[in-house]
Amino acid sequence: MGLLQILEIIIPTAIFAAAPLILTALGGVFSERSGVVNIGLEGLMMMGAFIGAVFTFYGETWGLGGASPWFSFLVAILIGAVFSLLHAVASISFRADQVVSGVAMNFLAAGLTIFLVKKIFDAGQTPYLNERIFKSDIPFLFDIPFIGPLLFGDAYITSYLAVALAFVVWFIVFKTPFGLRLRAVGEHPMAADTMGINVAKMRYVAVMLSGAFAGLGGAVYATSISGNFTHSTIAGQGFMALAAMIFGKWHPLGALGAALFFGFAQSLSITGQQIPLLKEIPHVILLISPYVLTILALAGFVGRADAPKAIGKPYEKGKR
Amino acid sequence: MRLQQILFKLSVPVIAVALGLLVGGIIMMSSGYDAFYAYSSLFSVIFTDPYYIGETVRQMSPLIMSGLAVAFAFRTGLFNIGVEGQLLVGWLASVYMGITVEGVPAFIHVPLAILAAAAAGALWGVVPGYLKARFRVHEVITTIMMNYIALHVTNSIIRNHMLAPGERTEDIQSSASLSSLFLQEITDYSRLHYGIIVAILAAVLMWYLLWKTTTGYELRAVGFNQHASNYAGINVSKNIILSMCISGGFAGVAGAMEGLGTYQYMTINAAFSGVGFDGIAVALLGANSAIGIILAAGLFGGLKIGALNMQAMAQVPPELITIVIALIIFFVASSYLVHWLRNRINKRGKI
Repeated sequence: MGLLQILEIIIPTAIFAAAPLILTALGGVFSERSGVVNIGLEGLMMMGAFIGAVFTFYGETWGLGGASPWFSFLVAILIGAVFSLLHAVASISFRADQVVSGVAMNFLAAGLTIFLVKKIFDAGQTPYLNERIFKSDIPFLFDIPFIGPLLFGDAYITSYLAVALAFVVWFIVFKTPFGLRLRAVGEHPMAADTMGINVAKMRYVAVMLSGAFAGLGGAVYATSISGNFTHSTIAGQGFMALAAMIFGKWHPLGALGAALFFGFAQSLSITGQQIPLLKEIPHVILLISPYVLTILALAGFVGRADAPKAIGKPYEKGKR
Repeated sequence: MRLQQILFKLSVPVIAVALGLLVGGIIMMSSGYDAFYAYSSLFSVIFTDPYYIGETVRQMSPLIMSGLAVAFAFRTGLFNIGVEGQLLVGWLASVYMGITVEGVPAFIHVPLAILAAAAAGALWGVVPGYLKARFRVHEVITTIMMNYIALHVTNSIIRNHMLAPGERTEDIQSSASLSSLFLQEITDYSRLHYGIIVAILAAVLMWYLLWKTTTGYELRAVGFNQHASNYAGINVSKNIILSMCISGGFAGVAGAMEGLGTYQYMTINAAFSGVGFDGIAVALLGANSAIGIILAAGLFGGLKIGALNMQAMAQVPPELITIVIALIIFFVASSYLVHWLRNRINKRGKI
């Protein structure tokens, strides 16, 4: 088997597996850059996957046809933002421990989604979706020799959307006044407050953005990868996105790279059996590699990863 | 004044539980279920039916252990979200000891298997502890990562070395088992086992360690203020590692409760058992105290087991209880609101 063939198997699956991770990790960047830890990404993603599956299903019955998944994305973004308000209220206004509040979010999403699925469909999972995001070759770009079939063949449009959004988020965080305020609030809220920035408002916006992105990530997962929603549809992807964000050093493009890399590791663990050399590597090494790498990155072995200064601390006006 | 303090301490969890159940009831009503019937079928069995009482007490033992694990780390100012992973490695270690050690009497075999579980959990807890002490890496992230490493590694070990038909290991030797025919008989053949005694002993151990020894004093001092502790000559790094080690040990024993008590074997797990995350709720509601944790574990264990009857009688999905537990965590965590109100009232009284 030639190298090119191997790459043709691995790279599209990597990009495919990475899309939900990229989107959710970008959400994490917003929240954590503003100084609010978001362990609740997992729960937000679960909510998004649930909404994605349910509203694509209803989109089908309402006759939206091929637009149903896109309709569900819009709803997932909206509901994700609204659902994340709980985390915002608890951790910003009521000064709850942000990690505890995030854990509660995960519990709540796990309970609420399955409760509603059972209530709506009278079964433990949603029906399988007919209208999904399907693989297709991207016109024009596919015809580029060598790179074309590798990067643009047999791929999901949502993956490119995710990559493009990473650049948009980078622009917002590092090149706009809004981004500057966001980072200021996360690094030194008191200084930001002195300069007339409304710390609580900025943090509310950031947490809601993280909910919107994680919701979209979950919905993309449901409509492109799993095809329905069950209690085990989202099992750790949110935490893996969190890991990607940290491995990417709280930087949107870093998170993009890390998510692609984790997607790559995941795709190796799925497709590795077809590739001669990789057959020798035990499955488990590939499965745990994203987590081990994140720990190593945090310990400073793979480049130092430093969190925003004020992360995890509620801002109390006038307290030194 | 003393009584007032105790009452205030009690008020936060009690209000949180009441509000959690209330909102849970509202969710049931608005989705067309009979909330009163549901709650009454939930609470009636866990207080009257021997089988449900037995199952509740059985459910309590891993919950107490994982609650102790979270609380112990919390006392040193550390957040151990890695109980889930430490529980899995402890479960595997106890089952491994239970299967491979042969021909020893139960009074040696059971403690040996439990200690193996504690050691494995401690080892899994030491890694984040060391990284925190040495490299200042936040333990929340590393413990989450360690959870997934534990999940995949234990599955891989079972699949490659200990596999028996049915995606699981073989049963442990009867000499390592915590199960008790006597306890099963008096509770209408529930799966109740002696693990609850281990759990209560562990709770006593935690209380003694934290409040009656020098080590415990140092651990708590580090939890209150690292800089002050350092200035007073306490080795902060050592205490951080020690705290995560003991916390992981408690979590490992929670795994032994499942391995030696409830199941007598270990399965290949597609996802986490959830007991570790429940431990966070238990520790939080129990205010990180030994007695509080036992009470909170009783409440959550009862809710989870009673939910099965609620489903049978009132057709309410048992996930409602997960929602209620999540709400309780939210309300306890947001206790700032209660503090704020109290401060307002107190100030007005004084000035």
